[in-house]
Amino acid sequence: MEKSYIGIPEGQIKIQVENLHLYYGNKLVLKNISMSIPEKKVTAIIGPSGCGKSSFVRVLNRMNDLIPEARTEGRVLIDGENIYDRDVDLVALRKKVGLVFQKPNPFPKSIFDNIAYGLKVGRRCRREELEAIVEKSLRQAALWEEVKDRLHQSALALSGGQQQRLCIARALAVEPEIILFDEPCSAIDPIATARVEELIHQLKKDYTVVIVTHNMQQAARVSDYTAFLWLGKLIEFDRTPKIFTNPACKLTEDYITGRFG
Amino acid sequence: MTSVKKKGILGDIKESLIKTLFQTSGMLAIIALMGIFALLLYTSVPAFKEIRLKEFLTSTRWDPTSPEKPEYGILAMIASSIMVTTGALLIAFPLGVAVAAYLSDLASPRVREILKPVIELLAAIPSVVVGFIGITITGPLISTIFKLNHGLTALNGSILLAIMALPTIISISEDSLRAVPLSYTEASLALGANRWQTLIRVKIPAAISGIVASLMLGLGRAVGETMTVLMATGNARAFPRGFLQSVRTLTATIAIELGEVPYYTTHYYALFALGLVLFILAFSVNLTADIILEKQRTKLQ
Repeated sequence: MEKSYIGIPEGQIKIQVENLHLYYGNKLVLKNISMSIPEKKVTAIIGPSGCGKSSFVRVLNRMNDLIPEARTEGRVLIDGENIYDRDVDLVALRKKVGLVFQKPNPFPKSIFDNIAYGLKVGRRCRREELEAIVEKSLRQAALWEEVKDRLHQSALALSGGQQQRLCIARALAVEPEIILFDEPCSAIDPIATARVEELIHQLKKDYTVVIVTHNMQQAARVSDYTAFLWLGKLIEFDRTPKIFTNPACKLTEDYITGRFG
Repeated sequence: MTSVKKKGILGDIKESLIKTLFQTSGMLAIIALMGIFALLLYTSVPAFKEIRLKEFLTSTRWDPTSPEKPEYGILAMIASSIMVTTGALLIAFPLGVAVAAYLSDLASPRVREILKPVIELLAAIPSVVVGFIGITITGPLISTIFKLNHGLTALNGSILLAIMALPTIISISEDSLRAVPLSYTEASLALGANRWQTLIRVKIPAAISGIVASLMLGLGRAVGETMTVLMATGNARAFPRGFLQSVRTLTATIAIELGEVPYYTTHYYALFALGLVLFILAFSVNLTADIILEKQRTKLQ
């Protein structure tokens, strides 16, 4: 039996992953992952390219369902409910678990319509209510001041960093409980990155955040807990300071000190 | 060390030759278009020595062979053409976009691989065969359903033209729906939209330029189609008063009469004037569509 380096976080557990396997066709992408993600904390997922980081966050709101040959085994409990049960309402799940993608992907619509999209497809909303939520979400994403005078212009005219914050605002507007970030800063410049990181820091007051990053400094800066994935396996999971200063596993230490990856 | 300087002037000549070749082939399309327009204009002008333009465009009576008083009013034919074409698009467009959406969104890859080529093959059916179907199948069907003496009506023409326009509309709409970036679909689903909402609110708007283009190509085919409407719509010269009437379109009139008309008579020139009207009709539709699309595009950027 291998020694386990998977720590148990303190406080309330929001997401409980149990013996998760993910296959794409015959290829095993995630191998027997078990971990607990704490509520209202930032959990970072680090690891070299192709280790399954992105696949892992996509498991958490079942985005992998879009890939026809993807297959999961094991359980993922969110607030005690297994999201891979047959009777799960995907629409409700994805409202509860928001996802911000690697590349900013605003719709070719106006800024306002981008933010309002999730609300409009959800339930009937009065115009004033819609406007209030759009403003609130943009303020939360620290974008309001920059766009308040051009809400009805195309979102595609924004800079990359602004687009990414727009995508975050769009995810916030549907009032999720969990927000997943899939390398949110890999396509934007350092200043925009700093703003997004600042934003993530703010978000953990109200939301459970899971962030995938290939940037270890970023993980160290923004997260409370860090999980290290390697070749589809969860190698180590613990408090971020512990992982970065005193990792229990040799492999983690090698990766963090830049010996491979 | 390899030199980066040009070696001789042969390469330059080759390049300019290729450039000229492509330029001319591009110009050829414009020259052909201008040529056709000039020819039509040139041969239709003499008609207006005897016909007043106002009468030509606003009268509904077309009787060029009358020995006492020939009449050259084309309004009934313009109305018939527009009616049959509009009817065809009202049927083909929703159906075509629905099928395209099915193929791009719902159909399994296997189904799509079989269905799409089959649909595209539909475009290969000669129009005279479609007209034949109109006489033997859809026509009688219409006469039974609506209790008419015969089914050779504007509706019959519309249905057949719809069948002919469908492959174009489906094929091009499906291509443009599939070209919508996956990231839009993912973003929409991640915000809690279902597949239907994603299709209606994100994918179709993002693919709209291709969908409209498909509509325009379908329209182009429908408005210019001759043999099918000639065979299937009954060719009555009266002003159409509904889809269950026989009608005679601009194209059918030209096809029926041009073979028997004495050359260089007013009637002969008038038929060319019909062609000119048809040309202008099709051209303005295309131009309008282009302008709408361009506006849409600039609004989004």
